[in-house]
Amino acid sequence: MQHAQALEPALETSTGLDNRKLLMWLFLASECLFFGSLIAAYMLYRDRSVVGPYPGDLFDIPFTSVSSFVLLMSSLSMVLALAAIQRGDQRGLRIWLLCTALLGITFLSGQAFEFTEFYREGLSLDTNLFGTTFFVLTGFHGAHVSVGVLILLSLFVMALRGRLTPEKSLNVELAGLYWHFVDVAWVVIFTVVYLVTPT
Amino acid sequence: MARALERRPLSIGEALRRAREEGATYRGIWSWIVTVDHKRIGTMYGVTAFAFFLMGGIEALLIRLQLATPNGSVLDAEKYNQVFTMHGTTMVFLVVMPLSATFFNLMIPLMIGARDVAFPRLNAFSYWVFLAGGLFMNVSFLTGGAPDAGWFGYANLTSKAFSPGHGIDYWFLGLQILGIASMASAFNFIVTILNMRAPGMSLFRMPVFVWMTLVTSFLIIFAFPVITVGLFQLMFDRLWGANFFNPAAGGTPLLWQHMFWLFGHPEVYILILPAMGIVSEVLPTFARKPLFGYPFVVFSGVLIGLMSWGVWAHHMYTTGLGSVANSAFGISTILIAVPTGVKIFNWIATLWGGSINFKTPLYFSVGFISMFIVGGLTGVMHSMVPSDYQQQDTYFVVAHFHQVLFGGAMFGLFAGIYYWFPLFTGRMLKETWGQLHFWLMFVGFNLTFQPMMILGMLGMPRRIYTYEGGMGWDALNLMATVGAFTIATSILVFIYNVVVSLRSRERAPADPWDGRTLEWTLPMPVPAYNFAEIPTVHSRDDLWHRKYVEDEQGRPVLVVAAGGSGEPPGHNEHGDGGHHAIHMPSPSFFPLIAAIGLPIIGFGLIYDWALVAVGVVVLLVGLYGWALEPASE
Repeated sequence: MQHAQALEPALETSTGLDNRKLLMWLFLASECLFFGSLIAAYMLYRDRSVVGPYPGDLFDIPFTSVSSFVLLMSSLSMVLALAAIQRGDQRGLRIWLLCTALLGITFLSGQAFEFTEFYREGLSLDTNLFGTTFFVLTGFHGAHVSVGVLILLSLFVMALRGRLTPEKSLNVELAGLYWHFVDVAWVVIFTVVYLVTPT
Repeated sequence: MARALERRPLSIGEALRRAREEGATYRGIWSWIVTVDHKRIGTMYGVTAFAFFLMGGIEALLIRLQLATPNGSVLDAEKYNQVFTMHGTTMVFLVVMPLSATFFNLMIPLMIGARDVAFPRLNAFSYWVFLAGGLFMNVSFLTGGAPDAGWFGYANLTSKAFSPGHGIDYWFLGLQILGIASMASAFNFIVTILNMRAPGMSLFRMPVFVWMTLVTSFLIIFAFPVITVGLFQLMFDRLWGANFFNPAAGGTPLLWQHMFWLFGHPEVYILILPAMGIVSEVLPTFARKPLFGYPFVVFSGVLIGLMSWGVWAHHMYTTGLGSVANSAFGISTILIAVPTGVKIFNWIATLWGGSINFKTPLYFSVGFISMFIVGGLTGVMHSMVPSDYQQQDTYFVVAHFHQVLFGGAMFGLFAGIYYWFPLFTGRMLKETWGQLHFWLMFVGFNLTFQPMMILGMLGMPRRIYTYEGGMGWDALNLMATVGAFTIATSILVFIYNVVVSLRSRERAPADPWDGRTLEWTLPMPVPAYNFAEIPTVHSRDDLWHRKYVEDEQGRPVLVVAAGGSGEPPGHNEHGDGGHHAIHMPSPSFFPLIAAIGLPIIGFGLIYDWALVAVGVVVLLVGLYGWALEPASE
């Protein structure tokens, strides 16, 4: 609590946008190029593996669709968490932060299961171009989700200790921006990797 | 200093506790370690980058010694590859970029009328990460061989088969670390420039240097993710047997070239735009008239930034992309010369008819313009595909990019050093030594690189560690070596000048150059809080308009005495008493701790996974401590 004292009233910025929020938007813009490069490499090498297994041999579209649905639902709970803190509802904040983190963890578990399954069926990083590009692209997305879960759990602990007051709702909002971005990136990856003509 | 030495070694926990308690009371070296002051961070950037400049320079001298005569025996082929790779990597990532960052740090808050950057601790983090990355990469010299595949690190030269040692591992991990530093600082400066401007400092009243910093920072945040992915691909290939650049598995090494140059060409403008910004500040001050066509200079800078995304394949004409792609990239490369040309004409027109105050900063700026024209025009030659086919991989290319990066960027950066030195030290660099430095460097530069132009035309290839005599290359190579040592001499003159000037009792007068922008309203050296009172800006070149009005012929007429009272009205009324109420960000250990985690992770990836875990823990301790401590007292 000793650090919860109000800092000096936020200085007015030239654009009117909070510094930290502007930083987050810029970071996400930069992330677009990061995932864009990974996706471009995946697309360049699609159908160019010289040995199997190929995507068509491995993908379990219904399974991955369910885990994608779980991840998308976590965006909804994230929005509810933000709404809760903004109206001063501490209990709702805790519930929805935890819910979002758990949905994220569920998605990650699904990914871990999928990776293990693929590995058992003979696909690893060095097997072929599909293995290389698939694991690196979805792996980096999973790493982003993991960082998001870490942030959410940290916020959850802060909320439990009563340190997330409504004046600090920006913290939740920023975590939300990041979380939604990671979700949107998954929508693109899921479409490009799983839905567009896997062979 | 004495107090810091008296202390027993501190445990981290104890040090952190003290960090909280003592706030801003650190002395000596500790005050630098915990600092979040943009001027101190800028100074550290500058000193570190200059140290790396000396290292990269020594590497250059080794190259030139080896090539001075046919069948040179200073270096063997292996060492030669390491030295030219580290020379290029060092000069690009450890010298020109951080020297530009030095000026971003020192100047941006002062030029826009702010007390600090938007995220002071993130700024300290950038510096420490840069230092960590630079040291990490150079450690490779001691651990069995530096990187040896060129600064461009072309696949498959970087594959395990052709580079089995750890050099390349140090290279891509070091570049990843440096990339984090560059990105963090770019985010910081975009937010600072967009959000922290003083009242009245609209975008089109900002000094051109601030504009060029903004464009450069945007290029960094969009270009670095691309090379980050490229370096990750290389990492997965080398460490865990992935196939990104493995032709046997159907992969193509050309993917690397696309990734590298899609980053690499914006990178070229990341290197040159800050120097262009500096020159755009120096010329109006020393011509004593406003920058000619300010909006054109700004917009051409923005346009260069945009167009730099569409020219990368001109590095790849000879890789067989096909004539359609080659033609398209040829045209876009010719087009990017247009905004560059616009800038050059504006600079010349700024000097035209000015009442020229020919001092060292202006020497370097004019040197910049003339050398950059040569560099730019040889660049246009490269844009022509058939012509490039002849020049590819010859010394002509080496001459070209040194012409823009040394003749351009370094001359511009030296102009900035001579121009802004008094602001932070309270002392002028000596004019005579400065001009000697300029002439030695200018002559040495041309003696080094003009022979290389001819050598390239004669067909001497790049990256060869030795050559046979009797091919008409001998005399020109010797000339280039003499030139390189002339440049080295000029750098010694510069160092001497800095030492003598810093020791001198003679203080710089206030507003010594009759400046035009906000930083010259400040006392010298600039106090920690910068502005006792945040200024209100009424026009572009605000300070100039406070000092001068125009008569009927448009000539400037002094309203307050120049030199003596460069300070804005009201500055004196508040005196020094004002700053006690000013809220400054608290010093912090955490950026340094977080930064230390990164090279530990790097060593771990090369040698032992356990170290990776240690590095991640250190990084997380740093980041969590940072997030949870209050930002200011």
